[in-house]
Amino acid sequence: MLARRTHITLCSLLLMIIAWVPAHVHGQSIGERVAASSPGDIVTIEAGVYTEAPIIIQHPLTLIGETGAIIRGAGDHELLVVDADSVTIQGFQFERVDKTFLEDRAALRIAGASHCRILDNTFDDVFFGIYMAKAHACAIEGNTLSTTIENETSGGNAIHSWYSTDLFIQNNTIDGFRDGIYLEFTDDSVVQNNVSTENHRYGLHFMFSDRCAYRNNRFVDNRAGVAVMYADGILMHDNEFTRAWGTSAYGLLLKEIRDGELIGNRFSENTTAVFMEATDRMQIEHNQFANNGWALRIMANAIDNTFTANDFVGNTFDVATNSRSAPSSFAGNYWDRYAGYDLDADGVGDVPFRPVTLFSLIAERHESALFLYRSVLVDVLNAAERIMPAMTPVDLVDAEPLMAPTIDPDQGTPISQTVLR
Amino acid sequence: MKSSSSTLRIIQFQFQDALSSRWLLVHTLIYLLIAEGLLMSSGFTDKALVSLVNVVLLLVPLVALLFGVIHQYTNRDYTIWMLTQPLKRPNLFSGLYLGLTVPMVLSFSVGITLPFLWHGGLAAGQAVQLITLLGLGAALTFSGVGVAASLAIRFADRVRGIGLALVIWLVYALLFDGLILMGISVFGNWPIEKALIGAMLLNPIDLSRLILLQTFDAAAMLGYTGAVFSRFFGSGMGMIIASVTLLLWVAFPVWLASRLFRKQDF
Repeated sequence: MLARRTHITLCSLLLMIIAWVPAHVHGQSIGERVAASSPGDIVTIEAGVYTEAPIIIQHPLTLIGETGAIIRGAGDHELLVVDADSVTIQGFQFERVDKTFLEDRAALRIAGASHCRILDNTFDDVFFGIYMAKAHACAIEGNTLSTTIENETSGGNAIHSWYSTDLFIQNNTIDGFRDGIYLEFTDDSVVQNNVSTENHRYGLHFMFSDRCAYRNNRFVDNRAGVAVMYADGILMHDNEFTRAWGTSAYGLLLKEIRDGELIGNRFSENTTAVFMEATDRMQIEHNQFANNGWALRIMANAIDNTFTANDFVGNTFDVATNSRSAPSSFAGNYWDRYAGYDLDADGVGDVPFRPVTLFSLIAERHESALFLYRSVLVDVLNAAERIMPAMTPVDLVDAEPLMAPTIDPDQGTPISQTVLR
Repeated sequence: MKSSSSTLRIIQFQFQDALSSRWLLVHTLIYLLIAEGLLMSSGFTDKALVSLVNVVLLLVPLVALLFGVIHQYTNRDYTIWMLTQPLKRPNLFSGLYLGLTVPMVLSFSVGITLPFLWHGGLAAGQAVQLITLLGLGAALTFSGVGVAASLAIRFADRVRGIGLALVIWLVYALLFDGLILMGISVFGNWPIEKALIGAMLLNPIDLSRLILLQTFDAAAMLGYTGAVFSRFFGSGMGMIIASVTLLLWVAFPVWLASRLFRKQDF
């Protein structure tokens, strides 16, 4: 009996040693090796689980993790801080940073550094993933970030930036945070080819960030795909916004923004594809709106936006507005509800199309009217209103509605057309 | 003769009569053409199902009311002759009533379902939706024919009976919703969602529409309003209230018609 117990004790001791050894191959933690390096060194970290106090990098350095190099926190602290310019962090797996309401605790924090490169890392079960404050010209590429949170208030953001400029965020995969990518007071930055899914608030979120661009990203199953607020000159090209579905869910939420472009994007199965409030002088072209509840909800304070060559297919409401006038212009879009004709066969309908139905106007004013959604009465009222507009904005009209879609509804690729005008 | 078997015999006669006359075939064909047309034009069964909801909610009550009234006026002599037979009136009534409604429900179900079958069947979720659709169509038929029977028994004048059937259909399919819409625009600034659910229970067509919307996941897009009725119809209690109310909408007209039938001096 005693012998057996000794045996077990020995075995577990041995196991502990085995588990402890890889973390200290050279008898040193990452922190010690970083401290021992000179500026400009390349430090390679072998596979193993490293559990140690926050690693702080204070001179230019390239820190590379070999496959299986895991930096695991105890939960109550951040894991790595970049506090110098020209630092590269590549190939690590960051694990376990618990939530807190006292600080923005992040797995990796970049504090006032420039020209950093965060490449091909994995973040799992973290509160904030990559946190940048006053960073400049940093590249965040090829990282995979995932976590599980219960709700919007109990989570952090995957990639978070505050007061930064010229960031380049590309090829990252993000799942399950509060905001996938959050840029606040962050100007002149590019976000492209990322996939941001199942975030509890926004897939991508701009606040007070000017002249940024995001393109070729996919936003799926987020509360809202992208929110752009208080930002000027944002370019939004070729993104995919899918299944922002639920009460007050939006594919793209635009609020207090000006002079941007929304071109070549695809919106499908969102409760509201695009919501615009105090949004001015936007150029909205070649987007596809398919199978959404509302394709566009435009508040009366959104002015001088132009909608051209967009496709509206299978939406419950194409355009809803609370305005009696039409402060934005529509021309040359395809509407699947259009029932007009094209006698001269130039591809453009001869009768104008009014995308705002009476019911959408009533529903905008009194939400409870949605109780009558799909009621026969509603169809009758809409038909009557279309013939003799009395309540819907008379000027909100597409005078040149297209007869055929410009984008293939199944493939999402542009259909080449010879429009004889 | 035992009473239940006499009811069954009458239903059997009615069935044979329905099969030999052409109305049942036409009835089936109408729904078959509508379902086939929707599937052909949309080519996408999910969309076709949603469109079918509108058709069913509009057409089924109209057919039940109008055809129910006309059928009973044309068969008045037959009914009177049957009354001379040694039969209890309640048995005769249930025989005549079921002999009309059951073939109608069956032919409606066949007409709607067949096109879906030869267009490659349904996904699992869609099957539930189709069954709900058929169930609600059946309830609306039972209810409508009950109302129609009451009208036909109460009013000997057919113009009056048919006219009233049309008015009733118009009220429930259109005017009721108009009143609701007026109510919403007057009281829209108050929290009237719960009152609206109550109001919807007063109209079997609206009630069916909301139950169907619930199965089509459309509720999520309807914002706060959608959340209110999701919570109601999504809960067990809400579904029980909705079902019981719908059953009352069947039971009351049938009870009324059978009572009138028993007391009527033909």
